[in-house]
Amino acid sequence: MSRALPVLTVVAAILALWYAAAVWMNATWTRDQAERAGVELSVSDILTDTMAQERPVLPAPHQVVTELWNTTARKKVTSKRSLVFHGWITLSATLLGFAIGTGAGILLAIGIVHNRAMDMSVMPWAIASQTIPILAIAPMIIVVLNSLGIQGLVPKAIISAYLSFFPVVVGMVKGLRSPDAMQLDLMRTYNASGRESFWKLRLPSSMPYLFTSLKIGIAASLVGAIVGELPTGAIRGLGARMLTGSYYGQTIQIWSALFAAAILAACLVGIVGVLQRVTLKRMGMDQ
Amino acid sequence: MTQTPVIQAQNLDLTFQTNDGPIHALKGVDLEIGKGEFVSFIGPSGCGKTTFLRVIAALEHPTGGTITVNGMTPDEARQKRAYGYVFQAAGLYPWRTIAGNIKLPLEIMGFSRAEQEERVKNVLQLVDLEGFGGKFPWQLSGGMQQRASIARALAFDADILLMDEPFGALDEIVRDHLNEQLLALWARTEKTIGFVTHSIPEAVYLSTKIVVMSPRPGRITDVIDSPLPRERPLDIRDTPEFLEVAHRVREGLRAGHAYD
Amino acid sequence: MIWVVAALIFWAAMFWLNIRLSKSAQSHTRAVRLLVPAIFGITILVVWEGVVRGLNVPGVILPPPSAIAARISTSLPVLWADFVQTFVKGALSGYVIGCGAAVLVAVAIDRSPFLQKGLLPVGNFIAALPIIGTAPILVMWFGFDWQSKAAVVVVMVFFPVLVNTVQGLAAASAMQRDLMHTYSASYWQTLFKLRLPAAMPFIFNGLKIATTLALIGAIVAEFFGSPIKGMGFRISTEVGRLGLDMVWAEITVAALAGSAFYGLVAAMEKGVTFWHPSQRRS
Repeated sequence: MSRALPVLTVVAAILALWYAAAVWMNATWTRDQAERAGVELSVSDILTDTMAQERPVLPAPHQVVTELWNTTARKKVTSKRSLVFHGWITLSATLLGFAIGTGAGILLAIGIVHNRAMDMSVMPWAIASQTIPILAIAPMIIVVLNSLGIQGLVPKAIISAYLSFFPVVVGMVKGLRSPDAMQLDLMRTYNASGRESFWKLRLPSSMPYLFTSLKIGIAASLVGAIVGELPTGAIRGLGARMLTGSYYGQTIQIWSALFAAAILAACLVGIVGVLQRVTLKRMGMDQ
Repeated sequence: MTQTPVIQAQNLDLTFQTNDGPIHALKGVDLEIGKGEFVSFIGPSGCGKTTFLRVIAALEHPTGGTITVNGMTPDEARQKRAYGYVFQAAGLYPWRTIAGNIKLPLEIMGFSRAEQEERVKNVLQLVDLEGFGGKFPWQLSGGMQQRASIARALAFDADILLMDEPFGALDEIVRDHLNEQLLALWARTEKTIGFVTHSIPEAVYLSTKIVVMSPRPGRITDVIDSPLPRERPLDIRDTPEFLEVAHRVREGLRAGHAYD
Repeated sequence: MIWVVAALIFWAAMFWLNIRLSKSAQSHTRAVRLLVPAIFGITILVVWEGVVRGLNVPGVILPPPSAIAARISTSLPVLWADFVQTFVKGALSGYVIGCGAAVLVAVAIDRSPFLQKGLLPVGNFIAALPIIGTAPILVMWFGFDWQSKAAVVVVMVFFPVLVNTVQGLAAASAMQRDLMHTYSASYWQTLFKLRLPAAMPFIFNGLKIATTLALIGAIVAEFFGSPIKGMGFRISTEVGRLGLDMVWAEITVAALAGSAFYGLVAAMEKGVTFWHPSQRRS
């Protein structure tokens, strides 16, 4: 655990900087208030006030943690004010979209690897699409589906699926192509059919690539679900919490939603990482 | 050899601390290398031959005993740019041309532009690579790359050349050719050369002195002064003198393994 | 109905053509490699046009490509102003500041293995987070104009570039470092002559990832508030007014800008890291 100490040091440094910034950025408001009230403030007054404002420019870390605690553990999960509730709304869209996007991505990758016409026509577009800010179409998808009468989970899941789709296609194609000529020739000397070399060679050797793209894909899915909650004035989900927070200047609410999203992302990527380690270890591909 | 030795090691020890306990890479190594000698270090892997070369180059530091290079510590000698080092792989920078690679040490050591050009031209000639200065390393064969890396080591005209299995990765035909060229180069430049190898014919063919080493702990088991003349055509390898020296080296290597 | 049938026939013909082309002897030539995806793209546009017209899909759901093209040609000044606001002012300035800062920080922490050990996992962790969520905060801090968008972009591109640069600076092999050591090269000589050049493929990898992130950041940040121009602003307001042809026009501009930006960085990469095996093949 030689990494723990440096990591903790860096985290501590970030927290210290954060507190310092909170004091510095919130002090203006404190001084303004004091001036209006005609009160002289001591340094310790400023310090305590900047740590405890209701709508600070930058909430102090403990304020965010308290808010997170209050809105998760101390609210009923069905409550509109519970972050668990909002988190679940976002998470369900993320997972549904991720499943659709990954499934479709893997299928398309298999098609691309086995069909040269498909490879030549689709692959350049799949690669190019990674350079395009696909997220920009999110509002349109939401609104169009809304006008077709589709609301709630599905439109967000479609955006999530769309965002995780392309990384999976590109990574999976790379993976299915990763066996070298010698390994493929070996399968040929066994007179293996295309199906056999797919199951016994291509698919297993694609696993490390697949998991790498899955990590990117699930993070992208979450971003997609969050952004999908922005345009329609949705009132549920982490994205909606950020948006309403920014309308009403509820900075603590924005920050806690942001941290909830970050924790969610970390958990999702972490779970994929654990799956990756377990699977690759079982397959003997773990270093 | 009555002159003061270029390299002098006395009772040299080097122990690496690892998770599996200490490893005695070198133990009680005594050796003197005179000016203009061609010394080969030969032995199985783990015998400390590369480590010894790295100690001379101040890339490793001994844990006991003393070593001097040109009468100085290896670190001082390095700062005075006393030696050129050739690694197992050519290690040329792919983003520089051959000429650019040879200029690299010259830039670092602050030679003038004109002098850089002049020296690049000279050493390219020395290793038979005229006309290849503008090529990139990856456009050349493995043998040519290794020659370029020798040119790079020669460029700043240090009087010691340390070579760590420089031809180990090349095939035998190329290796023979490069060995011949290296001897010619040595004859022309009168450098002192330390040469690590695991090939008996290569060691015997090249050296005036062969240092046989054995592992666990890394130590010297035999030092053979070659009776062969300095002038050596390739077919000297078929003479009885050559075979006799080769035989003695082989005996030395076997003696190092007597315990197992 | 005739439109739909025509579109389907066109699709079948082009499908057949692409199969022929990809199986032909010239399938490895550069021309065919460009032609096949181009045919595929055109086919999609034609089928889209045909199906929308044939089935009378209302423009508020999916406008046909011809309507989008018409909208682009009549709205060039608006599109240009939005492009300047979002891409040049927001994305580009943020990209330059963020990437520059990341490379400088990477070089600065390079001398301390302790900081590297600490920052690399933290940086990797942050790079995987939905950083776009900082947009509402930064819009609050820096106002509605492009400065806040640039700030979002800085935060988004910083960590991927930082992590890649730190990895790149560690990429020079032990042997090459030993070589510099035998020359008694100073820290800065080693940095500029060996480690930065060796790090370039990694740095450019980060820079390429950052191009897409920059554009996404600049557009999405405008959803949280912006002056009355900008690509994200236009998309969100036109979506509200069901002016989908304008939305598609902006998306077309965004796609072109994204690809061109990426292509530019990739071309620079090719110039700088021409020596790297991945660049040598072509």
